[in-house]
Amino acid sequence: MIPPPFDYHAPKSLPDALALLGQFGDEAKILSGGQSLLPMMKLRFAQPAHLVDIGRIPGLDYIKEEGGVLKIGALAREAGLEASEVVRSRYPILVDTASVIADPLVRNLATVAGNLAHGDPANDHPATMLALGAEVVATGPKGARTIPIAQFFTGLFTTALAPNEVLTEIRIPAPPPGSGGAYVKLERKVGDFATAGAAAFLVVKGGVIERAGIGLTNVGPTPIKATEAEKFLAGKKPDEATFAEAGRLAAAATKPGADRRGSAEYKKDMARVLTVRALRKAAQRAGGK
Amino acid sequence: MAKHSVQVTVNGAPRKADVESRLLLVHLLREDFRLTGTHIGCDTTHCGACTVLLDGVPVKSCTVLAVQADGRNVTTVEGLEKDGKLDPIQDGFMQEHGLQCGFCTPGMMLTSYALLEKSKNPQEDEIRHAISGNLCRCTGYVNIVKAVQHAAGKR
Repeated sequence: MIPPPFDYHAPKSLPDALALLGQFGDEAKILSGGQSLLPMMKLRFAQPAHLVDIGRIPGLDYIKEEGGVLKIGALAREAGLEASEVVRSRYPILVDTASVIADPLVRNLATVAGNLAHGDPANDHPATMLALGAEVVATGPKGARTIPIAQFFTGLFTTALAPNEVLTEIRIPAPPPGSGGAYVKLERKVGDFATAGAAAFLVVKGGVIERAGIGLTNVGPTPIKATEAEKFLAGKKPDEATFAEAGRLAAAATKPGADRRGSAEYKKDMARVLTVRALRKAAQRAGGK
Repeated sequence: MAKHSVQVTVNGAPRKADVESRLLLVHLLREDFRLTGTHIGCDTTHCGACTVLLDGVPVKSCTVLAVQADGRNVTTVEGLEKDGKLDPIQDGFMQEHGLQCGFCTPGMMLTSYALLEKSKNPQEDEIRHAISGNLCRCTGYVNIVKAVQHAAGKR
């Protein structure tokens, strides 16, 4: 399969990329890793007239912790996230997530920012970023603005990014002492999209949950932040009974559709089970295990 | 839809072509450069038959545009043999019967080659993880794992 015809642009700088996006508006799509966009174009799900390849812009592939924030640049690859020392030692939830996205060859090109900007509820990083309370930096012609991740996913394959903006950076607050996060995914085979997935982040102080974040993958038209479950967890002890109720509340927030991966009822229940598992693992990590 | 002049170093030799934007790297290699060792399998980023090394990193060449490879190094299965001598990974697949129909083999070998560049003596789980984006429908992977281990001992 060959994609439909388009014009290809390879700007060497961010201002050049922004100028091209300003010129072509919603006729253009940004190409970074291309591991979602090119397959969609081959299948004619997307037929942009222009591709603006940001892959040749230097300096955007960083992953670094700075001023209490983990910063992931627009061109940081999934493989880079998996290999990053700071991520491996301090953000195991990100390793959980990256390591179940597609397969290692795809992860050599796929970018973390692209995984968010694509707006696909089946992608894995959105749930994790929702659990972690990340922000994204959108850079447009008038400069940069930050968007809380909870306001980023506006619909199926739709985000808060304007057509003339580039998602230039993901910002994740550094984990406070006593915190832990985990992502668990149910998939039919290596590389498949999730039947369901759950990300959990817990801050535990003095044996009590101070703050919780829960994000869910592929159980609705957008990635889902399980707000009711998060509220319920605050102030509770991190035990099985608490997690069971949080799982029930998280499942209640889902709106899955039936497909070859399972019925709506099945996916809803898997969201419950996976939320409990993610919370359990997050609590273990919060306890230094 | 202007054509783009690209120059790609393929297996150490610079090659030039004028390509449409939408031309995929796998088609540039197979049709323009007549290097047909790189196979097209699923064409949907699943099977890994089209795996090549892009600046030393294994990628699925059905999901890379030819223009994205402009100015970069590509290694295909044809580039593994050096001075008439098979690379240890090629010899390993032969010695351990790491193939039956052979369709996945070029991609399988390039992914394994890249693994061995990073990891001198990989254990079975590391090998299986590395090749999890390359599908073989004949062998059950047992002999492929043995082939990679055989090559690890010979490098």
